[in-house]
Amino acid sequence: MKAIVDPKKCSVCGVCADVCPVGAITVKEDSIDVSDDCTLCSMCVDTCEFGAICLPEVGSGPAADLASFKGIWVYAEWRDGTVHKVSHELLSAGRKLADKRGVPLSAVLLGHGINHSLTDELIAHGADSVYVVDRPELAKFTDDAYANTLVHLVREKKPEALLAGATTMGRSFVPRVAALLETGLTADCTELDISEEGLLLQTRPAFGGNVMATIICPNKRPQMATVRPKVMKPARQLDHKGTVERVDVPTSCLAARVEVLEVVPEMDQTAKLTEADVIVSGGRGLKRPENFSLIEDVAQLVNAAVGASRGAVEEGWIAPSHQVGQTGRTVAPTLYMAVGIAGAIQHVVGMQGSKIIVAVNKDPNAPIFDVATYGVVADLFDFIPAFVRKIRQERGDE
Amino acid sequence: MHIVACIKQVPDAKNVRIDPNTNTLVRQGVESIVNPFDLFAVEAALRIKDETGAKVTVITMGPPQAEQALRETIERGVDESILLSDRAFAGSDTWATSTTLAAAIRKLGDVDLIICGKQAIDGDTAQVGPELATLLDIPYATFVKEIGLMGESHFRVTRQTDEGTEVWKLPMPCLITVLKEVGEPRLPSLRHKMRAKKAEVPVWGIGQLGLDAEKVGLSGSYTQVVRVFSPPRRTDRVLIEGLPEVQAEQLFNYLKEAKVPGL
Ligand SMILES: Cc1cc2nc3c(=O)[nH]c(=O)nc-3n(C[C@H](O)[C@H](O)[C@H](O)COP(=O)(O)OP(=O)(O)OC[C@H]3O[C@@H](n4cnc5c(N)ncnc54)[C@H](O)[C@@H]3O)c2cc1C
Repeated sequence: MKAIVDPKKCSVCGVCADVCPVGAITVKEDSIDVSDDCTLCSMCVDTCEFGAICLPEVGSGPAADLASFKGIWVYAEWRDGTVHKVSHELLSAGRKLADKRGVPLSAVLLGHGINHSLTDELIAHGADSVYVVDRPELAKFTDDAYANTLVHLVREKKPEALLAGATTMGRSFVPRVAALLETGLTADCTELDISEEGLLLQTRPAFGGNVMATIICPNKRPQMATVRPKVMKPARQLDHKGTVERVDVPTSCLAARVEVLEVVPEMDQTAKLTEADVIVSGGRGLKRPENFSLIEDVAQLVNAAVGASRGAVEEGWIAPSHQVGQTGRTVAPTLYMAVGIAGAIQHVVGMQGSKIIVAVNKDPNAPIFDVATYGVVADLFDFIPAFVRKIRQERGDE
Repeated sequence: MHIVACIKQVPDAKNVRIDPNTNTLVRQGVESIVNPFDLFAVEAALRIKDETGAKVTVITMGPPQAEQALRETIERGVDESILLSDRAFAGSDTWATSTTLAAAIRKLGDVDLIICGKQAIDGDTAQVGPELATLLDIPYATFVKEIGLMGESHFRVTRQTDEGTEVWKLPMPCLITVLKEVGEPRLPSLRHKMRAKKAEVPVWGIGQLGLDAEKVGLSGSYTQVVRVFSPPRRTDRVLIEGLPEVQAEQLFNYLKEAKVPGL
């Protein structure tokens, strides 16, 4: 199998041949030739200005009883008696999909000590029904028990789509659910839609956000996706009514092969980072360890979390848990302020999903300005104190 | 003890970008690197080898060029490597990839621990580890930052979750996916570089793995990419110039207008 070129659309410009990482494309006199070396990486597909290249379709497995799967499901994550924000976001996204299809939206709650306030909250956010499995074996998370239980429910009720948050929990056990159900899973989606025939259109960033890809799962059900937190907008539907069903599962579902020895909750920096509405990050431009306090001052003033580039982490000015980027955390706050950070691609991939990006850098050619909403070309040692003064003055502190 | 690390060759992110004029994907050259998280997986395996004398095998599924990635791990001290390469593997999604890796590990037989990187930087799915473990019917732990032996037949691992840390006990054989905290990858040594030059890297295709061509690659995949496009570019960029006081005032007003919480 290899990429397919539509000769009617192709202009034989040869750009695809230049980007092909395996040199499988050759430019002939008046056509493009794709050899068997093609790895179906899709680089050429995106590069083609004329939309002349596509990939062949996935194997057409037993498309048998797709129609017997109905309804949209959301796996509702919760902790310490409250529903995780991402579950609200998923319910509002799921509501739209369910309405478009004319099918019910259900939420699944797993754990121990699940009370009314949790189920009420899910219904108030759009769930038509909530399935609850409340068992002491589920008090602590294990991939085995959580995945086996969810698989049991899916086999019994057959939803057409299942969404979960792309949290550490979702990204850990949901792949097991997909593998046990032998269905497709798309990770970390940022956009969801559903076609008239019920195909879930799952859009997600790839290559660190440099490319977006829309993915489908044509022949298997349920269609499964994890969704990146803080991307979808939660919506409350106060007068929405729904039912709660407590479901029994066989004890065999609840056995785990691992033993959880310790759970140490710590609202540490890493967690604070991914949940913060505002992040102020510092880079190597701060020059000296003590200058990092400038960043901390701004952060404290606007109630923000503190981030850092790897540059600053490598200098030892701040702990690695604050690092944003490819080998650090991926964040998407309302405001991300990058101070004295060059904007290397490895940093940018971790923060480009932010709603507003402010870059403070004295080099007007710094790549960080390419992704900035507001670019402040300034020496940070002049600008930051002035910015802090301005905020204080507005609040009447000075 | 026998440890298998699964690695992936990925395009260097530096070389993948959008051309601002044509708004299309540009990859300068064909430079590939070992997925950075997989180097941590290899390092984690080598640290256990240092301690226990375990044997470390590295496997990768990829085109013939991926052999280079395997040699790079031999340069760092890995004992053996296997390249899973076959035209039939092209276009694999995470399910088809896991199916192929699982067949290779079954063929190896005596494996006590499988280590994968947290995720690959091209796809960022983090799915192959858990799917592979599920296919092999062994327990797993994701986002691991510390690994230690616990007696003869268990590992004790520390996971970093969104909520904090967790310590888990896993029986062998098992699979873990690792974070960078497991340790900075060691540099290649002269001795191992010599060895890497001469090392034989067996290539296994569907024949050797006993896999049906229908079950791997694009045919064996459940998900399919239907559209690839460039993310919408920021068109709303505002440059703020002038004296620091003026800049501070302007930025403040913009952020206030945008109703940024905390301002
Ligand atoms: C495999 C790999 C993974 C990586 N992962 C990450 C990651 O997760 N996160 C990450 O951040 N990086 C990562 N990096 C590193 C990345 O490539 C950059 O080296 C790093 O982000 C640079 O940090 P920096 O911008 O703080 O430092 P520099 O590149 O040194 O930039 C400092 C900036 O500060 C500006 N500056 C200096 N003085 C002032 C001043 N007085 N006022 C205003 N501006 C000033 C300069 O103009 C410059 O732009 C990774 C690299 C590799 C190879």
